[in-house]
Amino acid sequence: MSETALRPILRPILRHTLVAGAALALFSAILLVAGKNPLQAAADSFRSMASVYGFSELLVRMTPLILTAVAVALPSRLGLINVGGEGQLYMGAWMATAGALWFPPLPRWAMLPLVAAMGFLGGALWAAIPGILRAAKLVNETIATLLLNYVAPLIVSYSIFGPWKALGSSAYPESPAYPDAALLPTFFETRVHGGLILALLALLAYWLLVDKTRWGLQMRAIGGNAEAAQRLGIPVAMFLVAALALGGGMAGLAGMGEAMGVHGRLRQGLSPGFGFTGFLIAWLAGGRPLGILFMAFLFAIITAAGDTLQITQGLPFSVVNILLAMILFIVLARRPGASR
Amino acid sequence: MMTPLALGVLAGAVLSGTSLLYATLGETLVERSGIVNLGLEGVLLMGASVGFSVTAVTGNPWIGLAAAALTGGLANALFGWLVVLRKANQLASGLAMMFFGFGLSALVGAPHVGAVIVGLPKWRPAWLAALPWVSASTLFNYDLLTWLALPVALLVWWVLFKTRWGLGVRAVGESPGAAYASGRNPAVLQFQALGFGGVLAGLAGAHLSLSLTLTWAEYMTAGRGFIAIALVIFSKWNPLRAVAGALLFGGAEALQLQLQARGSLISPFILDMMPYVLTLLVLLAWGGSRRLAAPAGLGRTFFGSE
Amino acid sequence: MLTVRGVSKRYGSVLANDGIDLTLNAGEVHALLGENGAGKSTLSKIIYGYTRPDAGEILLGGEPARLRSPRDARALGIGMVFQNFMLIPALSVLENVALFLKDLPLVLDQEGIAGRIRAIGGRFGLQVDPHALVRQLSVGDRQKVEILKLLLAEARILIFDEPTKVLAPHEVEGLFQVFAALKAEGYAILFITHKLREVVACADRITVLRQGRVAGGFGPGEAQVGTLVKMMFGESGGEAPAATAPVGGGTRPILELRGASARGAGSETTLQGLNLTIHEGEVLGLAGVSGSGQKELGDLILGLRPLTGGSRWFRGEDASSWSIARLRERGVAFVPEDALAMAAVPGMSVRENLSLGTGAVYRRGLAVDWRALEAAMGASFEALAFPMPPLDSPIAALSGGNLQRVVIAREMAHGPSLIIALYPTRGLDARSAASVRDLLRRARDGGAGVLFISEDLEELAEMSDRLLVLFQGALVGEFPRGSWRLEDVGRLMTGSEEVAGV
Repeated sequence: MSETALRPILRPILRHTLVAGAALALFSAILLVAGKNPLQAAADSFRSMASVYGFSELLVRMTPLILTAVAVALPSRLGLINVGGEGQLYMGAWMATAGALWFPPLPRWAMLPLVAAMGFLGGALWAAIPGILRAAKLVNETIATLLLNYVAPLIVSYSIFGPWKALGSSAYPESPAYPDAALLPTFFETRVHGGLILALLALLAYWLLVDKTRWGLQMRAIGGNAEAAQRLGIPVAMFLVAALALGGGMAGLAGMGEAMGVHGRLRQGLSPGFGFTGFLIAWLAGGRPLGILFMAFLFAIITAAGDTLQITQGLPFSVVNILLAMILFIVLARRPGASR
Repeated sequence: MMTPLALGVLAGAVLSGTSLLYATLGETLVERSGIVNLGLEGVLLMGASVGFSVTAVTGNPWIGLAAAALTGGLANALFGWLVVLRKANQLASGLAMMFFGFGLSALVGAPHVGAVIVGLPKWRPAWLAALPWVSASTLFNYDLLTWLALPVALLVWWVLFKTRWGLGVRAVGESPGAAYASGRNPAVLQFQALGFGGVLAGLAGAHLSLSLTLTWAEYMTAGRGFIAIALVIFSKWNPLRAVAGALLFGGAEALQLQLQARGSLISPFILDMMPYVLTLLVLLAWGGSRRLAAPAGLGRTFFGSE
Repeated sequence: MLTVRGVSKRYGSVLANDGIDLTLNAGEVHALLGENGAGKSTLSKIIYGYTRPDAGEILLGGEPARLRSPRDARALGIGMVFQNFMLIPALSVLENVALFLKDLPLVLDQEGIAGRIRAIGGRFGLQVDPHALVRQLSVGDRQKVEILKLLLAEARILIFDEPTKVLAPHEVEGLFQVFAALKAEGYAILFITHKLREVVACADRITVLRQGRVAGGFGPGEAQVGTLVKMMFGESGGEAPAATAPVGGGTRPILELRGASARGAGSETTLQGLNLTIHEGEVLGLAGVSGSGQKELGDLILGLRPLTGGSRWFRGEDASSWSIARLRERGVAFVPEDALAMAAVPGMSVRENLSLGTGAVYRRGLAVDWRALEAAMGASFEALAFPMPPLDSPIAALSGGNLQRVVIAREMAHGPSLIIALYPTRGLDARSAASVRDLLRRARDGGAGVLFISEDLEELAEMSDRLLVLFQGALVGEFPRGSWRLEDVGRLMTGSEEVAGV
């Protein structure tokens, strides 16, 4: 490859690496102030990731992150801000659980698509509510999706403590285990599950939709100039709702993946902030599919490190949020005048 | 006469609504200058955890309170640096602040989880305590922040609408161009609004950990920051109306607590949903018309267009 | 009082001001006359401190003045009334004025300021209610507030940038009376305009600018319309509006509104019971002061705004509930004033913008048939004799005129039968504006109906086969070509005369 062809690819990679490096430096400084050893933390984290199993764990973390990032990126093409990934994820898991527990037993080739469809539906409906409110110009979707984030986990908790309470359960309340047919297949001896395939397909579908279809063009027109789009006959309200619903559906698939692929049952605390992390990923990647892939991997590393830190250094997992914030601060501060 | 439930709710509404009111007042100031701080939730958490931790270490809640106020102001100043000086996207910056608050508050508060502290002292004027239906409840047995809540709301209203500085702030929020043409520096005014707003937010957070509950737990604000942002819209960016809104939502929370305490058959989770659903319903019912009352400068950020 | 000496300013390759000399005396109205693009705005911005000149200086009372920003200008007593008012609609008159006062105390003295507003208002004919919200005021009243702001801020030199653009003829009268009152008290007024008649009516001294240079100056009573025109436009004498012959026949209605009403929210105008017909092969002009409901009417016809009463008919079919997409499919096109804001998507390329609004015409499966689109659009550009810009360039990089041309080419590509032109020449230079008008006339000659909405009465006179007047959401007058006078229409535009016709 000639030098000039390489540069446009190198530059964003370089930039992202510099940003990550600067954020890590700031994060280490904060750790130092808190009396922890950042080098030790780095060593611990690296050690836990350096094995095949460690790498596979990264893939497991990446799966929901890709989906929640698409959940944000898709509506963002229309200028919509979907911060409700958390809630949509939970509702996706909830609906998928409903599918697995209520439907009569089906063979796996029927059950899996059903459960996936229910997961998608759960997230889609949950996102459609703010979508309709926004299309009707009643409530800003940022606020609406944020508020609903708090309601969805409560619905899940209610169900687990109530109608879906697993009898004779352990210390943590949870639903009964899903029938085997509803579980996503895992690969080799790792926890990597079929959800990863779904995530990659979703990313591909997102790219095709936005870049290659007429609908994608219309969506981008709405995002660029909603008034002009409307004057040109594009049914803006319909697109707004559809985009949010589609995005929500993606997050719903993430929820379904976590429930059916990782935990095997519905639990509280299904998501340690996947929805918000997805927002960050989508935003940092500028909505670009390859960027989402890269950032999802990066954030998988960060959250894995967070878990390690909790165990080895006794830091609350939430501290990882500081690193996320640092990255975002740096990116935001570096672009004076650019407001997306 | 008032039933114990009603009294309980009323008393609880005021207690619960105090931090909501301070948070709403702070955000009102900030939004009047044309900026939306979606990371209010993070600022509240920082105020709560710093307030609690400093109190645990020094044994003096007043020092903790002061530290919380300072923290809030600094947090908003950081936000201002991003949004005013670096001209970053307000919504993304707000979410960054939220994350920052989540993490920093957890870090600061972690060593002190479970600590027993002396909270803010409460007192009640003797002539009120003498009334029979008052003494049986927690009514009017308030700490300084709650006693000052109403006066502070009045003060914020007066400053915004009756002083030269307030006029300048409102002008910046409506039209930075006009404010600049009148010889003012919009950035300076915005930073000042952010500073005062941050102090109020810090106080709001501190009230939660130093008075309402005498504890610290991660994410303990449970979305109050977002409810406050909704309250700002609900009160049409008017500090006096914010009082009513804070009471209303404080009441919803108190009602839910009272019902749970009385062994209500409604699942606690359903009750927990009430504040958020109520907020959404309120915005739904009145939100559309609010847009006209919003400071014009908020339009592009908040409502996405115009 | 104020002297401009040898001021020059260059913007890139354009020399906006070239060695300009000008003197403003107290107690005098000095008119700065010139065509669009002659350099008047630039000069006024320099005097007001908004921009700094590359060369030359400004003297105040004989001493050189340091004008680094509008703040300095205001401190020296120079005030400017902009075309786009620097007012805050959500605040009251009092608050808007207070914002600009020099000696505003820490705690606002609302009654005191209100008193001063009333006093000065009475003295110069600028009466407004100090407690009214600016957004509730008419455009003429808002201008009064702008002037009051300057007077209360102790300006002695007042610059007016195209103040009559938004006023109707008899409101202009009122403004000139204000000028007279101010003049009498020793204020200096710089009156920037391109309207000859006004200048001759009220100016004491006239300076004509052409292409950045002073083309000539006149003292009191020396100027004549003919000489001024030659000076403004050079030898060619400017454009004589072409009086086109009305097209005979073709009286089939394309669009009809019967008793149509539409509710306006907030600052929008409510339309009440409009009856209107646009025929094939006709240009229907619509006159009205800004804010009379022109935009709302255009939106109503386009389908953007729902009917709250009455009906809309397209070629004899009831189109009251048709969507925008359907109307466009049936041949309704829209040429707006601000293409970038209303008809184009800034982040996209020219090619992508051209594909919008064509529905499913250029479809290939789920994607767009780019080749067919490019062919069709290329044909449209050719038919209009416009050069087609490179298709991959971002649309935001085009100049105003070129952008308008792209929008027009797109709209005309499918041979529309109804064209709604909303201030289509606003913001364009003279040549582009003339070419847009020419194009609309050619469309009319081809059998299309054109609704031509403009605020420029001269332009409307040139273009309209029939002229309607809109006032506060109702149609108050209808005139066939050549049957009306400026003053009549002006009075209808401001509601000071009863309905004549419709």
